[in-house]
Amino acid sequence: MAIEVRIPTILRTHTGGNKTVQGTGATLSALIDDLDAQHSGLKSRLVTEEGKLHRFVNVYVNDEDVRFTGALDTPLKDGDSVTVLPAVAGGC
Amino acid sequence: MLRIDRATYDAIVAHAREDHPDEACGVVAGPEGTERPERFVPMLNAARSPTFYEFDSADLLRLYRDMDDRDEWPVVVYHSHTATEAYPSRTDVGYASGPAADPRTHYVLVSTRHHEKQTGLAGDDVEFRSFRIVDGEVNEEEVEIVESYLFGHSPTTVVYD
Repeated sequence: MAIEVRIPTILRTHTGGNKTVQGTGATLSALIDDLDAQHSGLKSRLVTEEGKLHRFVNVYVNDEDVRFTGALDTPLKDGDSVTVLPAVAGGC
Repeated sequence: MLRIDRATYDAIVAHAREDHPDEACGVVAGPEGTERPERFVPMLNAARSPTFYEFDSADLLRLYRDMDDRDEWPVVVYHSHTATEAYPSRTDVGYASGPAADPRTHYVLVSTRHHEKQTGLAGDDVEFRSFRIVDGEVNEEEVEIVESYLFGHSPTTVVYD
Protein backbone atom coordinates (compact mmCIF):
# COMPACT_ATOMS: atom_id res chain seq x y z
CA MET A 1 0.00 0.00 0.00
CA ALA A 2 1.60 3.24 -1.14
CA ILE A 3 0.62 6.76 -0.29
CA GLU A 4 2.27 9.73 -1.93
CA VAL A 5 3.29 12.54 0.40
CA ARG A 6 4.22 16.05 -0.71
CA ILE A 7 6.82 17.65 1.50
CA PRO A 8 7.23 21.44 1.95
CA THR A 9 10.60 22.95 0.99
CA ILE A 10 12.03 23.34 4.47
CA LEU A 11 11.31 19.71 5.43
CA ARG A 12 13.06 18.35 2.35
CA THR A 13 16.27 18.35 4.37
CA HIS A 14 14.82 15.17 5.85
CA THR A 15 13.98 13.61 2.50
CA GLY A 16 17.24 14.11 0.64
CA GLY A 17 15.75 17.07 -1.18
CA ASN A 18 12.80 15.07 -2.52
CA LYS A 19 9.55 16.93 -3.05
CA THR A 20 7.45 13.79 -2.79
CA VAL A 21 8.02 10.59 -0.85
CA GLN A 22 6.08 7.34 -0.54
CA GLY A 23 4.87 5.78 2.65
CA THR A 24 2.39 3.30 4.05
CA GLY A 25 -0.08 3.26 6.91
CA ALA A 26 -3.75 2.72 7.66
CA THR A 27 -3.97 6.07 9.44
CA LEU A 28 -2.12 9.37 9.18
CA SER A 29 -0.41 8.54 12.46
CA ALA A 30 0.89 5.22 11.09
CA LEU A 31 1.98 6.89 7.87
CA ILE A 32 4.00 9.48 9.80
CA ASP A 33 5.68 6.70 11.80
CA ASP A 34 6.55 4.92 8.56
CA LEU A 35 7.90 8.14 7.03
CA ASP A 36 9.97 8.83 10.12
CA ALA A 37 11.55 5.38 9.86
CA GLN A 38 12.63 6.24 6.31
CA HIS A 39 13.38 9.93 6.87
CA SER A 40 14.62 10.41 10.39
CA GLY A 41 13.38 13.51 12.19
CA LEU A 42 10.31 14.09 10.07
CA LYS A 43 7.84 13.06 12.75
CA SER A 44 9.10 15.59 15.28
CA ARG A 45 8.44 18.34 12.76
CA LEU A 46 4.81 17.31 12.31
CA VAL A 47 3.73 15.93 15.67
CA THR A 48 4.17 17.60 19.07
CA GLU A 49 5.61 15.90 22.15
CA GLU A 50 2.03 15.52 23.39
CA GLY A 51 1.31 13.43 20.31
CA LYS A 52 -0.87 15.98 18.52
CA LEU A 53 -0.50 17.36 15.04
CA HIS A 54 1.54 20.56 15.20
CA ARG A 55 -0.78 23.54 15.00
CA PHE A 56 1.57 25.50 12.74
CA VAL A 57 1.39 22.74 10.12
CA ASN A 58 -1.48 21.90 7.76
CA VAL A 59 -1.89 18.33 6.53
CA TYR A 60 -4.30 17.39 3.75
CA VAL A 61 -5.49 13.99 2.61
CA ASN A 62 -6.79 14.23 -0.95
CA ASP A 63 -7.34 18.01 -0.58
CA GLU A 64 -9.17 17.62 2.73
CA ASP A 65 -7.67 19.34 5.78
CA VAL A 66 -7.21 16.53 8.34
CA ARG A 67 -8.39 18.84 11.13
CA PHE A 68 -11.87 18.09 9.81
CA THR A 69 -11.36 14.36 9.25
CA GLY A 70 -9.94 13.08 12.52
CA ALA A 71 -6.45 14.62 12.58
CA LEU A 72 -3.83 11.90 13.17
CA ASP A 73 -6.56 9.24 13.22
CA THR A 74 -7.62 10.08 9.66
CA PRO A 75 -7.91 6.76 7.81
CA LEU A 76 -5.77 6.26 4.71
CA LYS A 77 -5.97 3.88 1.80
CA ASP A 78 -3.76 2.88 -1.07
CA GLY A 79 -3.42 5.63 -3.64
CA ASP A 80 -4.28 8.48 -1.26
CA SER A 81 -2.31 11.65 -1.63
CA VAL A 82 -1.08 13.58 1.41
CA THR A 83 0.16 17.18 1.35
CA VAL A 84 2.02 18.93 4.17
CA LEU A 85 2.12 22.76 4.23
CA PRO A 86 3.11 25.47 6.69
CA ALA A 87 0.02 27.13 8.20
CA VAL A 88 -0.04 30.85 7.47
CA ALA A 89 -1.60 32.93 10.22
CA GLY A 90 -0.85 35.49 12.89
CA GLY A 91 -2.30 38.45 14.68
CA CYS A 92 -1.49 41.68 16.38
CA MET B 1 17.09 43.30 2.30
CA LEU B 2 13.74 43.17 0.56
CA ARG B 3 13.69 44.61 -2.93
CA ILE B 4 10.14 45.16 -4.13
CA ASP B 5 8.70 46.98 -7.10
CA ARG B 6 6.52 50.05 -6.69
CA ALA B 7 3.35 48.48 -8.12
CA THR B 8 3.50 45.53 -5.71
CA TYR B 9 4.27 47.81 -2.76
CA ASP B 10 1.27 49.97 -3.64
CA ALA B 11 -0.95 46.91 -4.07
CA ILE B 12 -0.07 45.64 -0.58
CA VAL B 13 -0.76 49.05 0.98
CA ALA B 14 -4.03 49.38 -0.94
CA HIS B 15 -5.17 45.94 0.23
CA ALA B 16 -4.38 46.85 3.85
CA ARG B 17 -6.31 50.13 3.57
CA GLU B 18 -9.24 48.42 1.93
CA ASP B 19 -9.65 45.73 4.57
CA HIS B 20 -9.14 48.08 7.52
CA PRO B 21 -10.22 47.64 10.35
CA ASP B 22 -9.76 43.91 9.66
CA GLU B 23 -6.29 42.56 9.02
CA ALA B 24 -5.42 41.99 5.36
CA CYS B 25 -3.06 39.24 4.23
CA GLY B 26 -1.50 37.69 1.18
CA VAL B 27 1.72 36.64 -0.51
CA VAL B 28 3.94 37.82 -3.30
CA ALA B 29 5.23 34.82 -5.19
CA GLY B 30 8.47 34.73 -7.11
CA PRO B 31 10.46 32.27 -9.18
CA GLU B 32 11.89 29.46 -7.02
CA GLY B 33 15.53 30.10 -6.24
CA THR B 34 15.20 33.89 -6.56
CA GLU B 35 14.42 36.69 -4.10
CA ARG B 36 12.13 38.48 -6.55
CA PRO B 37 8.59 39.10 -5.30
CA GLU B 38 6.80 39.32 -8.65
CA ARG B 39 3.27 37.98 -8.46
CA PHE B 40 0.95 39.71 -5.99
CA VAL B 41 -1.63 37.31 -4.55
CA PRO B 42 -4.05 38.89 -2.06
CA MET B 43 -5.64 36.28 0.18
CA LEU B 44 -8.87 36.28 2.12
CA ASN B 45 -8.43 36.63 5.87
CA ALA B 46 -10.50 33.62 6.92
CA ALA B 47 -10.61 35.01 10.47
CA ARG B 48 -12.09 38.34 9.24
CA SER B 49 -10.73 39.90 12.38
CA PRO B 50 -9.02 43.14 13.44
CA THR B 51 -6.63 41.16 15.64
CA PHE B 52 -5.98 37.91 13.78
CA TYR B 53 -5.38 36.71 10.25
CA GLU B 54 -5.40 33.26 8.79
CA PHE B 55 -5.28 31.85 5.29
CA ASP B 56 -8.23 29.54 4.81
CA SER B 57 -6.81 26.01 4.68
CA ALA B 58 -8.40 25.20 1.29
CA ASP B 59 -7.15 28.52 -0.14
CA LEU B 60 -3.68 27.73 1.21
CA LEU B 61 -3.64 24.39 -0.56
CA ARG B 62 -4.77 25.98 -3.85
CA LEU B 63 -2.15 28.71 -3.50
CA TYR B 64 0.68 26.23 -3.00
CA ARG B 65 -0.53 24.02 -5.88
CA ASP B 66 -0.61 27.07 -8.10
CA MET B 67 2.87 28.20 -7.07
CA ASP B 68 4.15 24.67 -7.53
CA ASP B 69 2.79 24.57 -11.09
CA ARG B 70 4.53 27.87 -11.85
CA ASP B 71 7.75 26.85 -10.09
CA GLU B 72 7.34 29.67 -7.56
CA TRP B 73 7.70 30.14 -3.84
CA PRO B 74 6.14 32.74 -1.51
CA VAL B 75 8.98 35.29 -1.35
CA VAL B 76 6.83 37.67 0.72
CA VAL B 77 4.08 36.87 3.19
CA TYR B 78 2.34 40.07 4.19
CA HIS B 79 -0.33 41.08 6.63
CA SER B 80 -1.57 44.24 8.26
CA HIS B 81 -1.92 45.36 11.83
CA THR B 82 -4.77 47.78 12.13
CA ALA B 83 -4.33 49.20 15.64
CA THR B 84 -0.70 48.45 16.48
CA GLU B 85 2.71 49.05 14.95
CA ALA B 86 4.05 47.20 11.92
CA TYR B 87 6.09 44.76 14.00
CA PRO B 88 5.59 40.98 14.30
CA SER B 89 3.47 39.98 17.27
CA ARG B 90 4.14 36.94 19.41
CA THR B 91 1.55 35.02 17.39
CA ASP B 92 3.18 36.11 14.12
CA VAL B 93 6.55 34.90 15.37
CA GLY B 94 5.05 31.59 16.49
CA TYR B 95 3.61 30.80 13.06
CA ALA B 96 6.67 32.10 11.22
CA SER B 97 8.85 29.82 13.35
CA GLY B 98 6.63 26.79 12.77
CA PRO B 99 8.32 23.52 11.80
CA ALA B 100 7.29 23.77 8.12
CA ALA B 101 7.72 27.55 7.69
CA ASP B 102 10.32 28.58 5.14
CA PRO B 103 13.10 30.63 6.81
CA ARG B 104 13.80 32.40 3.51
CA THR B 105 10.44 34.19 3.72
CA HIS B 106 10.29 37.97 3.96
CA TYR B 107 7.49 38.85 6.38
CA VAL B 108 6.04 42.22 5.46
CA LEU B 109 4.04 44.02 8.12
CA VAL B 110 1.86 46.98 7.23
CA SER B 111 0.17 49.13 9.83
CA THR B 112 -2.95 51.08 9.01
CA ARG B 113 -3.34 52.45 12.56
CA HIS B 114 -2.81 56.00 11.30
CA HIS B 115 -4.12 55.66 7.82
CA GLU B 116 -6.10 58.37 6.22
CA LYS B 117 -9.58 56.95 6.54
CA GLN B 118 -9.18 56.41 10.23
CA THR B 119 -7.62 59.74 11.18
CA GLY B 120 -9.22 61.91 8.55
CA LEU B 121 -5.78 63.35 7.78
CA ALA B 122 -4.68 63.41 4.21
CA GLY B 123 -1.21 62.24 3.30
CA ASP B 124 -0.78 59.84 6.20
CA ASP B 125 1.69 57.13 5.47
CA VAL B 126 0.90 53.50 6.03
CA GLU B 127 3.86 51.90 7.82
CA PHE B 128 5.54 49.24 5.68
CA ARG B 129 8.31 47.12 7.21
CA SER B 130 9.94 43.80 6.43
CA PHE B 131 11.36 41.11 8.71
CA ARG B 132 13.09 37.76 8.65
CA ILE B 133 11.79 35.49 11.37
CA VAL B 134 13.81 32.36 12.11
CA ASP B 135 13.43 30.14 15.17
CA GLY B 136 11.65 32.84 17.14
CA GLU B 137 14.19 35.52 16.34
CA VAL B 138 12.99 38.66 14.55
CA ASN B 139 15.34 40.70 12.38
CA GLU B 140 14.14 43.79 10.58
CA GLU B 141 15.55 44.30 7.11
CA GLU B 142 15.80 47.24 4.77
CA VAL B 143 13.09 47.69 2.14
CA GLU B 144 14.19 49.00 -1.23
CA ILE B 145 11.46 50.06 -3.62
CA VAL B 146 12.39 49.81 -7.27
CA GLU B 147 10.31 51.15 -10.12
CA SER B 148 10.53 47.80 -11.90
CA TYR B 149 12.76 44.75 -11.88
CA LEU B 150 13.96 45.50 -15.35
CA PHE B 151 15.97 48.47 -14.10
CA GLY B 152 16.12 47.31 -10.51
CA HIS B 153 19.88 47.11 -10.24
CA SER B 154 20.67 50.75 -10.84
CA PRO B 155 17.43 52.66 -11.38
CA THR B 156 19.06 56.08 -11.38
CA THR B 157 21.79 55.32 -13.87
CA VAL B 158 19.84 53.79 -16.71
CA VAL B 159 20.69 55.54 -19.94
CA TYR B 160 18.02 55.49 -22.61
CA ASP B 161 19.28 55.95 -26.13
